[in-house]
Amino acid sequence: MSRKIRKRFPVHIWLQRHAQVALSSLGRLSRNALSSLMTCAVIGIALALPIGLHVMLHNLQQVSGSWESGASISVFLKQKVSDEQAAELAEKLRRHQRVEQVRLITRSEALEEFQRQSGFADALQALDYNPLPNLLFIQPKNDFTTADKAQQLVQELRLLPEAEIVQLDLQWVRRLQAITIIAQRAVVVLTALLSMAVLLIVGNTIRLEIQNRRTEIEITKLIGATNAFIRRPFLYTGFWYGLFGGLIAWSLVALAISLLSGPVATLAQLYESSFDLSNLDAGTALILLGGSSLLGLLGSWLAVGRHLSAIQPS
Amino acid sequence: MINFDNVSKRYPGGHTGLSHVNLHIDPEEMVFLTGHSGAGKSTLLKLIGLLERSSGGQVHVNGRNLTRLKNRQIPYHRREVGMIFQDHRLLFDRTVFDNVALPLVVSGLGHKEIGRRVRAALDKVGLLHKERAAPVTLSGGEQQRVGIARAVVSKPPLVLADEPTGNLDPELSQEIMDLFSDFNQVGVTLLIASHDIALIRGMHKRILTLSNGSLVADSKTEIRDVT
Repeated sequence: MSRKIRKRFPVHIWLQRHAQVALSSLGRLSRNALSSLMTCAVIGIALALPIGLHVMLHNLQQVSGSWESGASISVFLKQKVSDEQAAELAEKLRRHQRVEQVRLITRSEALEEFQRQSGFADALQALDYNPLPNLLFIQPKNDFTTADKAQQLVQELRLLPEAEIVQLDLQWVRRLQAITIIAQRAVVVLTALLSMAVLLIVGNTIRLEIQNRRTEIEITKLIGATNAFIRRPFLYTGFWYGLFGGLIAWSLVALAISLLSGPVATLAQLYESSFDLSNLDAGTALILLGGSSLLGLLGSWLAVGRHLSAIQPS
Repeated sequence: MINFDNVSKRYPGGHTGLSHVNLHIDPEEMVFLTGHSGAGKSTLLKLIGLLERSSGGQVHVNGRNLTRLKNRQIPYHRREVGMIFQDHRLLFDRTVFDNVALPLVVSGLGHKEIGRRVRAALDKVGLLHKERAAPVTLSGGEQQRVGIARAVVSKPPLVLADEPTGNLDPELSQEIMDLFSDFNQVGVTLLIASHDIALIRGMHKRILTLSNGSLVADSKTEIRDVT
């Protein structure tokens, strides 16, 4: 009575069957090339947005990272501090254990430079005194160049009686970093939302596909096909949608980066930087393709689970 | 092979498909099922193929209690029951070969074995030369023979046919019946629903008559329940 009626396939036939179904669902997609391409393109565009933003942020972080390590401290001295006193102070600070290098820019040097570069030469000559202070430009030792360590040095320098203003040339880099972190969060949220959109796109496409193939599903069920057998081609179709959508997203991002890299290089040159816009690295690309394939698979799984059991032969 | 023990089938809405049917069919029997339209012929076949479940009583097929069979086991049961329909139910986007191969593909047979068995089945129904043809290019009789080849290709012990000759002229119908006789000769149990009394009387096999969901006559026992 409880005779075992399940039979297991040998593994090589199981693999052969999977390869066959994978190829035949691919063939089915290529027979409706235009509509398949449109579905893939929608998925591609939806995924290109968060991935593109991610790449831009990554680039921004690299830029701001290189700036941060070059942190330096400007100490503006009080007006009453003479050039000699300033030079003495510079000499004293050079022996400080945390300081790598001190450059003294005297008020007359500063005025000269200002006149040369600002184009206000005439206006400055109208003044009968030099309004600029002496400036010590301090480069911390390598171990103290990060924002936090440099900040300690700043606190120490502020205690100097000669110092009027001590400025860590890092404030805006830190602000930029804070903005970057917010943007990163936004990318995460955007990725989640658009992934959901991809699930819905694939799910809906597969739902229509199931409706179109209703008779075929009924007949296959009549003949003794298991749910797994009937599900398989739809799951592969979803997988292909995801994979091709991911490839389209990848090429869209690569295209956008290559369009931007020229102007960015020009801008970097203006800042005397050799910064080069980096494209999607192999690891991220793999995550993109794997993730999009998985989304496709999941989307079709949801559709198949909901709609396939409703179709029964009569 | 088939045993019905006080089987009833009521449809939602109150319509009665079968009421209190008791029936026994031995292995290797060839049995006809007749009765007017709506007498319950299709319902009885559907209960055996588990396209429907009974509302009461026990159905045993091939030693298996169908009442207790779980939904996920249904596919494995259907593989042992070949089913033939009046409307053939072929897949029109595939060749004759692929249609007949479907039950073997579903049960996970190897490529070579499938080719061998499909050609044997097509040869048996006389359509070997049409294996690459699309079903739409075939005549009604040929399409039905493709349906028959598909039902027997996996060599099921039991074959059900619901009005297999419904759309065919008498000559083609006789050919189909002779084909069924041949299968019966090699040990296949057949249950064939048909309202073509003249045709099935000529076959000299057991005939079951249904009326309003009840079994009213069985030529084997000759018990007649006059209604």
